[in-house]
Amino acid sequence: MIRFEHVSVSYGDNLVLSGVDLTVPEGELCLVVGNTGAGKSTLLRAVNGLVPHFTGGTLAGRVVVDGRDTATHPPRELADVVGLVGQDPVAGFVTDTVEEELAYSMESLAVPEAVMRKRVEETIDLLGLADLRGRPLATLSGGQQQRVAIGATLTAHPRVLVLDEPTSALDPGAAEDVLAAIHRLVHDLGMTVLIAEHRLERVAQYADRVVWLPGGGAAPIAGDPGPVLAETPVAPPVVRLGRRMGWTPPPVSIRDARRLAEPLRERLRTVAPPATETLAGKEILVAHGVTVRYGKTTAVQELALTVAVGERVAVMGRNGSGKSSLLWALQGSGKRASGTVTVNGSDPAALKPAARRARIGLVPQQPNELLYLHTVAAECAQADTESGRPTGTCRTILDSLTPGIPTDIHPRDLSEGQRLALVLAIALTPRPDVLLLDEPTRGLDYPAKTRLADTLRALARTGHAIVLATHDVEFVAEYATRVVVMADGEVVADGPVGDVVTASPVFAPQVAKVLAPQPWFTVAAVETALDVL
Amino acid sequence: MRSPHSGAWWLWALGLAVAASRTTNPALLAMIAVVAGFVAVHCRSSAPWSSAYGMFLKFGLVVIGIRLVFSVLVGGINGPTVLFTLPEIPLPDWAQGIRLGGAVTTEGLVYALYQGLQLATLLGCVGAANALADPRRLLKSVPTALYEVSAAVVVALTVAPQLAVSAKAVRRARVLRGDTAHGWRAIRTLLVPVLEDALDRSLHLAAAMDSRGYGRTAGIPRQTRLLTAALVMGGLVGLCIGAYGLLDAEAPVFIGGPVLAIGVVLAVAGLLVGSRRLRRTRYRPDRWTVPSVLIASSGALAGAVTVLAESFGDASLVPSTVPLELPDVPLLPTIGVLVALLPVFLVGEGRS
Repeated sequence: MIRFEHVSVSYGDNLVLSGVDLTVPEGELCLVVGNTGAGKSTLLRAVNGLVPHFTGGTLAGRVVVDGRDTATHPPRELADVVGLVGQDPVAGFVTDTVEEELAYSMESLAVPEAVMRKRVEETIDLLGLADLRGRPLATLSGGQQQRVAIGATLTAHPRVLVLDEPTSALDPGAAEDVLAAIHRLVHDLGMTVLIAEHRLERVAQYADRVVWLPGGGAAPIAGDPGPVLAETPVAPPVVRLGRRMGWTPPPVSIRDARRLAEPLRERLRTVAPPATETLAGKEILVAHGVTVRYGKTTAVQELALTVAVGERVAVMGRNGSGKSSLLWALQGSGKRASGTVTVNGSDPAALKPAARRARIGLVPQQPNELLYLHTVAAECAQADTESGRPTGTCRTILDSLTPGIPTDIHPRDLSEGQRLALVLAIALTPRPDVLLLDEPTRGLDYPAKTRLADTLRALARTGHAIVLATHDVEFVAEYATRVVVMADGEVVADGPVGDVVTASPVFAPQVAKVLAPQPWFTVAAVETALDVL
Repeated sequence: MRSPHSGAWWLWALGLAVAASRTTNPALLAMIAVVAGFVAVHCRSSAPWSSAYGMFLKFGLVVIGIRLVFSVLVGGINGPTVLFTLPEIPLPDWAQGIRLGGAVTTEGLVYALYQGLQLATLLGCVGAANALADPRRLLKSVPTALYEVSAAVVVALTVAPQLAVSAKAVRRARVLRGDTAHGWRAIRTLLVPVLEDALDRSLHLAAAMDSRGYGRTAGIPRQTRLLTAALVMGGLVGLCIGAYGLLDAEAPVFIGGPVLAIGVVLAVAGLLVGSRRLRRTRYRPDRWTVPSVLIASSGALAGAVTVLAESFGDASLVPSTVPLELPDVPLLPTIGVLVALLPVFLVGEGRS
């Protein structure tokens, strides 16, 4: 269905892809993996001709989809064969209500009106959108928007569906909904699906084949999910566990891993899992009765939270459960309808912005919003001035987080991980007592996430308290000492990471599911225990 | 029942607006405003844009207020009945004819009130049309040849609120950096991320539209395209001048009807030639059902009757303010405006 023949893509001297020889047969779910910047999006966008027709650059070789060569067919002429859903579904919406969005592709393809009506109804049933049909797109949740974006491409009856990070922004429950819909398309309709994703723990089990892009323009490696993933640095925890234990083929799903893990569970029965670090620091952030309202909706309801020095707290919960509003209210720059917040004895909302950030820093969900200068050096210098620190402070912190970021590069040209490091360095320049982070792992690959967890652990050890909102259960297992679960603006669970993540399968990391009922959460912990044995 | 064509509501409102533009009679203006308001409230759907009607009304009141304040300060029409006298500010010779302060007369105030009421009524008509039919839906009904233009307008309408959201987010993030920049620097720190964001977004949108088949053309030769463009542009210019002539009572007669007619012919020809260029279909298009036609004609009738009464020299359309008289109610236009209540009987309450 999709055929890449000796394809390479370059922008000027920068070789993004090379030696791509790949055939994706009809009805296959093919997963593209690789580090950030390895060319996953480029590969995906080459399928419908956006690369190079829209993005520029040079494409050598041939990409043929359903018998049509992308060299002679621009994206609009492939719209009836390939449906593409980008990373941010909202950015791709053309109309403003669900039903009109579903019909848009068909209108462009001049599908007769009667057929359009029928297909819209079919798609609404297929993706469970019946309750949403008349709703404005802006009022939908992230998972709903993603399903509408998929539905909007499906109405054109494409034979290939291409999805770029379909679950990255979603909470675990919404991601399940989207993946279930995709699974159904592959199995019921025989659709060919190509997915790029960082959160492999969510999708790897559905894949028929994995294509690994090693990055730096090296040729991709394709094959069965287990063996290919086991060779990559981006393997999900269950594959890493299988690799460590020498299980062949390395399992990709929890079910396969559990069957193979019987002897391992037996061996670990005698070992005590690593205790969660004990916290003896003094209470530095104390919040009582915090309420945040937007018009008539209450985002945070009478919430109480106390964080001590050295604690690493993860705030989890559905999209829209009030996590971001809570972080902004705690920092003092956001709205707070009632309640008290004190950081080291004083209310941050009562302080001037500059004094406030010296006590409590926040890294927002879109790090770009914090950056407005043209070079990394200028941003660092600006951070030093506005924090009243000696010149070079920010750069030193940045180098300790991620060494080797060039000074004269534009912040937009950095990779996601590097940009996060820059924003983190800017937030840390005034040495705040408390650091808040909103969804920092979006777009980060596993190695970058491990580095971030190490960084935060080191910060906590040097006397910071850290609170972080996230959907990423694997990251929480690696990073947090304590988990707070929010729903409808209230705290529904609050406790040590072990107690909370084992209580619900939605929040359990893969290792915990494989080794249940024993409380192990990370591959690293298991490895340490086995080394001792 | 199928909801009426969006264009029907706009034509209906346009008819009422024409009637309002031809009179300063407060009784007739009030009646037009009430008819427009009643139909808007009775027939509007529960869609989000419907709630904007209240805003138009408030804006209308503000306009009346501004008109009165100006008449008190700057003067204009004057009569014998002096209410009070403001201290007059002497102006140099070259500003002769302009007066600041001075005597405020009842006649002047009433005249200003009539004028303000006329503007407010026009606003009320636009507000009613806006509440009854989504302007975007109207844009969707434009002929295929104008599709690209309407798509651009729809995208712009979506982008404007997004820019505001983006600016708010950046301002909020700015506080996180403890930034206390003022003046030009503050604007720069706000503008750079907002514009970068907007540019990013438009690229994403363009890529998405391209991937979804936007701009598939049927391959029409260049000459036909040029002909289409010339016809459509000429037609639109004609339409604008003609509409202006029709609404402005002081414009010469030949600018109104005839130019409008020429514009319509040119535009229709251009659109017919041009619609062969794009192959598109429409999902659930608005249709000109019998109720839609009746709604449009009821509004048009109100406008036509008023214009007719004016050409017969009905003096009560523009009541005299010097000397001040109690305005008569013009019979024919009143009946016309009441006919514009017809949609109330055609459309059920609270359609969705």
